Amino acid sequence: MTTTADRPATSSPTRVISINDGANIIVSHGDYAVIGTRPVRHDGVDKVTGRAVYGGDTRLNGLLFGKVLRSPHVHARIVSIDTSKARAVPGVHAIVTNADLPTAEDREVNLGEGGGNLKYMSDNVLASDLVLYKGHAIAAVAAINVHVAEAACALIEVEYEVLPAVHEIKAAIAEGAPLVHPSLTTKSLGKDTGVHSNITNHARLQIGDPDAAFARADVIAEGEFTTTMVHQGYIEPTNATAMWYADGKVTIWTSTQGSFAARDSTAQILGLPVSRVKAVPQEIGGGFGGKINVYLEPVAALLSRASGRPVKLIMTRAEVFQATGPAPGSYSKVKFGATKDGRLVAASAEIYMESGAYPGSDTGAAMRCLYSPYKIDDMRVDGYDVLTNRPKTAPYRAPGAPQAAFASEQVIDDLARKLGMDPVEFRLLNAAHEGTRLVNGPLHKKVGGIEVLEQTKAHAHYQSDLGTPSPGTKRGRGVAIGYWFNIGLPSSVAISVNADGSVTLVEGSTDIGGSRASIAMQAAEILGVRAEDVRPSVVDTDSIGYTGVTGGSRTTYATGLAAIEAARHVIAQMTARVAKVWSVSPDEVSHDHGAFRAGTRSMSFKDAAGHLDETGGPITGTASLDPQGHGGAFATVTCDVEIDVETGKTQVLKWTIVQDAGKAIHPSYVEGQFQGASAQGIGWALSEEYFMNSKGEMTNTSLLDYRLPTAFDVPMINTVIVEVPNPGHPFGVRGVGEASIVPPMAAVANAIRDAIGVRMHALPMNPGAILHALGTI
Amino acid sequence: MVAVDARTATKVVVQATINGEPVQFLAEPRQTLLECLRDVLSLTGTKEGCADGNCGACNVVMDGRLVNSCLVLGVEAAGASITTIEGIAPVGGLHPLQTAFLEQAALQCGICTPGFIVSASELLKRNARPTEDEIRFWLAGNLCRCTGYDKIVRAVLQAAEMIHPAA
Repeated sequence: MTTTADRPATSSPTRVISINDGANIIVSHGDYAVIGTRPVRHDGVDKVTGRAVYGGDTRLNGLLFGKVLRSPHVHARIVSIDTSKARAVPGVHAIVTNADLPTAEDREVNLGEGGGNLKYMSDNVLASDLVLYKGHAIAAVAAINVHVAEAACALIEVEYEVLPAVHEIKAAIAEGAPLVHPSLTTKSLGKDTGVHSNITNHARLQIGDPDAAFARADVIAEGEFTTTMVHQGYIEPTNATAMWYADGKVTIWTSTQGSFAARDSTAQILGLPVSRVKAVPQEIGGGFGGKINVYLEPVAALLSRASGRPVKLIMTRAEVFQATGPAPGSYSKVKFGATKDGRLVAASAEIYMESGAYPGSDTGAAMRCLYSPYKIDDMRVDGYDVLTNRPKTAPYRAPGAPQAAFASEQVIDDLARKLGMDPVEFRLLNAAHEGTRLVNGPLHKKVGGIEVLEQTKAHAHYQSDLGTPSPGTKRGRGVAIGYWFNIGLPSSVAISVNADGSVTLVEGSTDIGGSRASIAMQAAEILGVRAEDVRPSVVDTDSIGYTGVTGGSRTTYATGLAAIEAARHVIAQMTARVAKVWSVSPDEVSHDHGAFRAGTRSMSFKDAAGHLDETGGPITGTASLDPQGHGGAFATVTCDVEIDVETGKTQVLKWTIVQDAGKAIHPSYVEGQFQGASAQGIGWALSEEYFMNSKGEMTNTSLLDYRLPTAFDVPMINTVIVEVPNPGHPFGVRGVGEASIVPPMAAVANAIRDAIGVRMHALPMNPGAILHALGTI
Repeated sequence: MVAVDARTATKVVVQATINGEPVQFLAEPRQTLLECLRDVLSLTGTKEGCADGNCGACNVVMDGRLVNSCLVLGVEAAGASITTIEGIAPVGGLHPLQTAFLEQAALQCGICTPGFIVSASELLKRNARPTEDEIRFWLAGNLCRCTGYDKIVRAVLQAAEMIHPAA
């Protein structure tokens, strides 16, 4: 296999490593001692033995258990709440409602990484006058156990005035639709229109003149597409434990993607300075964007204040579906134009994304990613945020981009068909590269889109034939590409040296899928020690500098950079100590590959660590930074499906994902990100949806009826890690968590189109949808 | 004075064998085995993902049967022999499945991992050399949202090889 990536002059020639029967391929650059190896993760033994402490495992003396009373209505005014009967239940220690929260101002607050409207945040945690979706929290009880709390909740009497509601985007934007927030007016292109509607914001990105450019196109393809609300589907339910101490300080123990974000949000909602709130991140059982916002933390804190004891709240699975933030549904119209020789010349799109009960959706990111794989001179996208009486939506892995790609990559597929071109060749011909203009204005930095597409084309999967279908089935192959820009954000790391040559590494990034390993390995590479010699710890918000959320594919990039800087800080100090031992000037001592050198003398990191006591005492290296050099990533999916034309069931037979990692620090966990996102994508494509009844109530609130893919639903997932180094990181890291979920739904749809000749316009593409498309039902 | 006032007592003494050790614990009749393991016995390695039998995170072995401990009442454990994730490994060591999960990177967040290891350990007792399909079918009652299952399947294949090396 070959690669066309232009490599940095310092890197070694490209090599291809095949493992696992060739199913996992790395197109690699650079020679490192630690990076690119596959050590056992540092937190692994605790997690395979059941020792790791997750949020729900939090145990404190005197712990009480809480339960939240939730709205049975989709939209209603709360007329009255009577808690007297519930308070009389033996074993009940506290009951709280919105009245226990400070009055929240209707203003934007800075939470360190994007703001939020304090009134909405507060009302979403405990409803004030209105409930805006089924499951909206109204009151909470703390009791000696969860059963008593649940029984007491049932005795809280709430009088409602039921209001008309809107359940989905098209109904919400229709003339005369009931308004979720009657006082809100539509902002369009930065100006307040004064029009009251469920569209809270309309934004436009435009380059050139697409209307004129379409006139020059020889071939045009277009389509309308819808996707339904889906859930991140983390296996660990949302939870929080809090203690409000007698001195007015509050500690929260929670499973969160960002301990500082949890601290800051909780402090804002409770009206406390951050100095009075400490967040202790417990191990986190999945998040995918869904464990950034706080839902239970402020409530647990209020219950603790009222009871004087620590209180733990854990959602049921039905509550997780109905009362946390799922990913928005969408409605898109997309149009592309090309010349007859296959050059994309024009594009236009409208994307409506639901925000649920409060304003703010993933529309902006969807708009930024929609055209990013391609070089198009004239393009426009309009985006609309739409309120519905559903849970407030939250990020889900590359938030917004998968919905947009489901639309755009199907239209691209249609265009390639009309032109009679191979779908990968067509994408290659139009592929964006360094310097290509993005629809939001900037130029692509160094990116690996072309390399990813070339690896896709060259892969044995793409070169294979589809094989013989089973009787009564049809087979097809689909391809799609997706883009995610990745982010930076602040990170802090501190590294302390032990006398035996090992180091401890303290970080603020919660470890959701192996980041202790990927961060420790970067420190080890700089220090010149083994990955096992670094002992990483994720610590609370009082114990490390501010660190952004584990999200946006930022952690291995940004916290990795902090680890690299902290390690360099260690080396600088140790160089001076070695100079002291050798009685030379520090300028004469260098450090490389784990050894300090001066002239012919050499000392290992371990030996140098043994001299700390006599040369001035302990050494700690620290770094807090806010890096700006993150790099975007492309991913493609190639998938083969087999469709039973009688039952409409689609089986994924074969799946290959190719993605630019920049640099894979721990290749196993990079492959794991690709594979996990692929399975989530298969679920989003074929089975997952918020199934709503005519009243707008979700009816499939269990994991039996909301069908996450099982091991039996998905095949082995071939991966190709392409490494086009990100110039903004010493090792080239881009971040790998999100780009991989952008192309799957479109790839499956394109495979279905290939198999049965029908274009799918809506998710999920379940058996009923296939039979409907075939005209069988 | 009586030791137990039957009119007001709400808990039952349950005697069972857990991870090879005879134990007695107090259970309310409405408490599930999962709650008893976690909240009464502090065996929090068994995880709750759904509490309605659909995710497998709480799987334990009860008298030789793989069960969702959220669908068993604590009082039903009376007289039973139960193995949880805490009882899978020998003292001071790891079960081959645990080693294989670590080496294959078959976990990301890790919340489903105890359930997968307990389930897979029962599979390997019944079927020493399962095929990929047999592993996928057996583990279809355990949901993982992070890994896409690929590395989990490979880990179970590796563990089978470790336990019964091919000649």
